[in-house]
Amino acid sequence: MTTTIGRSATGNGSPAPSADRAGAHARRIHGSPWIAVGFAAPLVIYLIAFYAYPLIRSIDLSVHDYNIRAFVQGDAEFVGLENYVDVIQSDLFPTALWNTFVFVGVSILFQYAIGLALAVFFRNSFRLSGFLRALFLVPWLLPLIVSASTWAWMMNSDSGIINSFLGAFGVEPINWITSPDTALLAVIIANIWLGIPFNLVILYSGLQNIPGEVYEAASLDGAGAWKIFWRITFPLLRPVSAITILLGLVYTLKVVDIVWIMTKGGPANSSLTLAVWSYREAFGTGQPAFSPASAIGNLLIVIALVFGLFYVRLQRREEH
Amino acid sequence: MALNAPGAPRRTWWKTALGILFTVLMLFPVYWMVNVSLTQRGDLRNNPPNLLPLDPTFEGYQAVFDQQLPALGISLLIGFGCVVLTVALAAPAGYAIALLRLRGGRTLNFILLVAQMIPAVVMAMGFYAIYVRLGLLNSIPGLILADSTIAVPFGVLLFTAFMSGIPRELLQAARMDGASAWRTFVSVVMPISRNSVLTVSLFAFLWAWSDFVFASTLARNADFVPITLSIYAYIGNNTTQWNAIMATAVVASIPAAVLLVFAQRYVAAGVTAGAVKD
Repeated sequence: MTTTIGRSATGNGSPAPSADRAGAHARRIHGSPWIAVGFAAPLVIYLIAFYAYPLIRSIDLSVHDYNIRAFVQGDAEFVGLENYVDVIQSDLFPTALWNTFVFVGVSILFQYAIGLALAVFFRNSFRLSGFLRALFLVPWLLPLIVSASTWAWMMNSDSGIINSFLGAFGVEPINWITSPDTALLAVIIANIWLGIPFNLVILYSGLQNIPGEVYEAASLDGAGAWKIFWRITFPLLRPVSAITILLGLVYTLKVVDIVWIMTKGGPANSSLTLAVWSYREAFGTGQPAFSPASAIGNLLIVIALVFGLFYVRLQRREEH
Repeated sequence: MALNAPGAPRRTWWKTALGILFTVLMLFPVYWMVNVSLTQRGDLRNNPPNLLPLDPTFEGYQAVFDQQLPALGISLLIGFGCVVLTVALAAPAGYAIALLRLRGGRTLNFILLVAQMIPAVVMAMGFYAIYVRLGLLNSIPGLILADSTIAVPFGVLLFTAFMSGIPRELLQAARMDGASAWRTFVSVVMPISRNSVLTVSLFAFLWAWSDFVFASTLARNADFVPITLSIYAYIGNNTTQWNAIMATAVVASIPAAVLLVFAQRYVAAGVTAGAVKD
């Protein structure tokens, strides 16, 4: 199976997933270029109808003053960028921005560090290593509602296993989810757990692409494991690391479910991120406010796109 | 699956021990879910909690069986619908980009990469606005369509990557035999791409099965309930019956377990191939 990440990051010459490779072949196998268009047409129509159009609708929502009635009748008032101004000037904006920054930053840092440590640990196969590595995928495969509710119960103030475990060491019970001081930390812990498998798998496949001779040469020179890691593994893994982190950023920015299910962004907005704020405005209360919600969502897209384009550029550069 | 490398030296036993320890730590929440699902209702608030289900009860699972079968059925239906839609859209597109020299194929790949970066909340609002008019709110086809947007870009990227590796001599031979582009696709390309079809299908199913954001926005007043929403409602309604909640969670995890047991290598391949999941 071709691994796009591993390939593009290391350029080890597995098949390129792009048209330019096919373009290298001079002769077209099947006559008319319209045949190719025919095969791609359903996808293109689909992308326009179910990606582009919802996106346009969401921009349209953000520059009008929509409520449920205006939704059905389609007579919402055009207000330009007013919704965006309102959102940015809102008291919640600095809170949500800071929470997003902390949520994404701390999640990525720990997911990456733990994922990398595990990938290095699993690099040399040992008895059961393949089996154990497979088990590490479990958190990533579980439906988020399952993980979120399990963590919520584990973090329960009175009957949760975590407080009971900490209590054995004399730590006072912590109101993980119900206290504004720890709610953000609680969702970050759950989110780190969720993201470790993804980091492990990608970094592991990156490690597989580092030729074994490099290590052999280094150990012949008498370098210890620690030195080998920092001098060889880590620098050689940099392209894969960059891609892993950037993808992690883009995906963590848009996380809604885990936070919403555990804390709903509360208490007192202490775990409110931009994505959760947007969800709450639109669907979380009795009165849907789609216009501010889509303004927040579109701001989020802009942030994600900045990182996303950086990722695409990085990947392109690695391809050449 | 490589359980162990042949001839692995004996001195690595401590690595195995350490590996098992890490795995146990990592999977503890999963164990805890199973443990709580089997705990007697009266013991749920014990302090310290019962670490082992020594006196297991199946009342939680009885509740799942009594109440959750329709929700499980709905989620199965949505999952399968999503698989069919995703493969039907993504496989021909991958064929066109990888093997038929589609003009603008590179641009299309770029668009698919960007498409994955759009937050589900934004998509949900767009869909909501569209569905209100079309009457697709709270409908199963509406949910299948929305859920498919999670898997389609991944599917196209994966098919393109795999099909680019198909030897073109094979296609030329089919052409010589007078096969049309469609015939070549159906009888040559698709059979070779069996593993890709399986990988894409597995992920499309799992993501649709696990979806919470689209279900909670586009189908929140529906007269049907997918399993994710059913668990969510459960959590909201009562906090005493955690064994039943966790039993439902265990049942909702079955597709993930099936995936891991029967298709582990495709899962790892899938994670690296598109590197997509939101």
